[in-house]
Amino acid sequence: MAKHQHAHPVVDLRTSPYIRRAPSVPQIMRNVVYALLPVCAFSVYLFGISALALMIVTTLACLLSEQFFCRMAGKKSTLPDFSAVITGLLLALTLPPGFPLWMGALAGIIGISMGKLLFGGIGYNVFNPALVGRAFVQAAFPVAISTWTPTLAANRFSEFIPSTLALPFMTPAPTAEWSQTVAIDGFTGATPLALMKFEGVMVRTSDLFFGTTAGSAGETSALLILLCGAYLVARNMMDWRLPAAVIAGTAICAECFYLLDPDTYPTPLFMIFSGGLMLGAVFMASDMVASPVTPWGIVLYGLLIGLLTVLIRLFGGLTEGVMYAILFANAASPLLESFTQPKVFGDQ
Amino acid sequence: MNLLRLLNRKTFPHGIHPPQYKEETHDKPTRRLAFPEQVILPLQQNIGAPSIAIVRKGQMVERGELIAIAAPDKLSVPLHASVEGTVRDITLMPTATGPKTRSSIIQTLPSSPQIPVTGEQQDYRQMSREEIIAAIRDMGMVGLGGAEFPTYAKLATSMQHDIHTVIANGCECEPFITTDFRVMLENVQNLLLGMRIVMKAVAAEKGIIAIEDNKLEVMTALQAHLPEDGSIKVEVVETKYPQGAEQMLIYSLLGVALPKGKLPASLGLEVINVATAAEIGALLPNGQGFIERTVTITGDDLENPGNYRVPIGTSLQHILDETGFVGEEAELILGGPMMGQPVAFLDTPVHKGTGAVLVLDERATPNRNVQPCIKCAMCVEACPIHLNPSALGLLAYKHRYQEMQEQFHLNNCFECGSCSFVCPSNIPLVQLFRVAKAMNRERKLQ
Repeated sequence: MAKHQHAHPVVDLRTSPYIRRAPSVPQIMRNVVYALLPVCAFSVYLFGISALALMIVTTLACLLSEQFFCRMAGKKSTLPDFSAVITGLLLALTLPPGFPLWMGALAGIIGISMGKLLFGGIGYNVFNPALVGRAFVQAAFPVAISTWTPTLAANRFSEFIPSTLALPFMTPAPTAEWSQTVAIDGFTGATPLALMKFEGVMVRTSDLFFGTTAGSAGETSALLILLCGAYLVARNMMDWRLPAAVIAGTAICAECFYLLDPDTYPTPLFMIFSGGLMLGAVFMASDMVASPVTPWGIVLYGLLIGLLTVLIRLFGGLTEGVMYAILFANAASPLLESFTQPKVFGDQ
Repeated sequence: MNLLRLLNRKTFPHGIHPPQYKEETHDKPTRRLAFPEQVILPLQQNIGAPSIAIVRKGQMVERGELIAIAAPDKLSVPLHASVEGTVRDITLMPTATGPKTRSSIIQTLPSSPQIPVTGEQQDYRQMSREEIIAAIRDMGMVGLGGAEFPTYAKLATSMQHDIHTVIANGCECEPFITTDFRVMLENVQNLLLGMRIVMKAVAAEKGIIAIEDNKLEVMTALQAHLPEDGSIKVEVVETKYPQGAEQMLIYSLLGVALPKGKLPASLGLEVINVATAAEIGALLPNGQGFIERTVTITGDDLENPGNYRVPIGTSLQHILDETGFVGEEAELILGGPMMGQPVAFLDTPVHKGTGAVLVLDERATPNRNVQPCIKCAMCVEACPIHLNPSALGLLAYKHRYQEMQEQFHLNNCFECGSCSFVCPSNIPLVQLFRVAKAMNRERKLQ
């Protein structure tokens, strides 16, 4: 700034460009939180106060551990950038609604500390922190993480699912009996993917689309998740090619198997709308930091997630494969980026 | 390949849409700025070698008189006095583009009517191609879009190629600036004459005046005057930054990507700025030298923003005084807000390539905290050259400058600023790239 009419002008120079118009990092992160809120609200509507408590606990765990580690490292608090809130909410949405709260808190702490701050905080994480937390509890608490409860239980707003309030390091109360008493009609305790895998039963795709089936808190309504993703795309805060590539990858791979043997393998539509695929495609795979920046890298990354998801679902030991598919793709992201560098304009 | 081009919209992939900010000066006819008390004429106002002064201290010069000749056998152009007056000194003075440069300071003669001297009357139709190019050299013409490359040298290079089309670049994609727009509106005859002169010099049959679709008034103004044989036409391209960059404009008009390191002449094209063409059209017939230009003086804190005819060498202090700077402090920039040069001294003069003087205060984006790259890929989507600014920025922070050049094509970057403009983390990408390029140049010298 050139000071005018001054004996000893203070000159403070900087270089072009002098104007910028970009959403700031906190603005982007805040908008992702806004986009997640309807998904969270619908989850609370389906599963009641247990889901709400889980979200609050995981988010608090993420925020507190981020604050703690920032202070330990003597760095400025990174809480105002809102990225820890996203991790907390996403984590809750990937867990069963009746997941014991203390385990949820542990997942949050592990996700933030091992998945994010260990690598240097926002911008440096190799993996999606929420999925790191979930992968940890998947390994540590295999029973709790595959205990599902019915949607729309009559008393969901007045009492917790019995397992929710388990004390740390205690076996959570069994929920099977409770589920039978509160379910509107017959509840099998299995997600659509588990029904497909172990019993060969296909849930109607429309039920999946509107989200009234059992599952994690957030893997319910594909329609709602798509709408929330559309908001982010419209605000230019998410690359639409990424979720599109994940969905396309899933559809292509599932279609191949379906064509091979329509009796054994599910339809591509079922694959797309079941489990956590939609949540994973729209909110998890699209974690900017852990995904490639190059146009073709983004497409390959999405296709890879789709492919791995279908393979794990059909041939792996687990019913759901989205989490590991995304973690694998996160690890492959720098590699994908390195051989998809954009072709320079004018290069033949 | 590109969807917009398939829909017949003339544009290029990537790029950004910055705010225009052209409304303050867009509709104002060009006025003359009062003559300053003195002008400071740097002997070097062109790419290449500085001119050689042929006047002495204390000598009287007329307005338009030759005061420095082109360095012989070098890339260089002569320089003319932009006011009538006395040569006060020839000494080192600050310029916007770098270190202090030898400049001729001319004290304006207060009572002078300031009528420029004319040379020999010339008719381009009776001149050979070489004679036209020599005349353009004698007028001291350089690229007025900001590059300041001697126009004669550019045309002489093109003579060795088979040029079919001259493109007059009137895109003016930088925010705030309207000088080319006003020149096109107000100097239709000079612009078309200048086009014909240049077309003859490079033996091109076609001429295109390219404008962005926010300047359609130019289309109306030119329509009636375009030659009936259709040899010169107006083409409209999308309003998008950096549409005015040579490679981008060529792609928008013709769908061809100019390879790095190749001149437009290799594609049979000659690209010149519309203001350059208009000045050639105005000066060549009378054999005059280039001594003043249209400058957009705009921005914040000015009482009378507008387009002004400004003698080359007018100091920014004089410009601020004449246009009524009322602010406390502001950023002063020669050129536009995306690629302009910051100015540290108010006695810095307007030079030949200065299209705009920009005063930025509230419309400047203040420096904000730099945050880590979140790999949002917005810069990758913005870069008109299809580089990977995100990866380049990360490498720059690690001082891996050589790798930036060898694997990530750093030298293809022309510093348009699109990546910095869209970066949510406020990473000063362009600045990092400038440092990296300088470090690489230094390493090469050692």
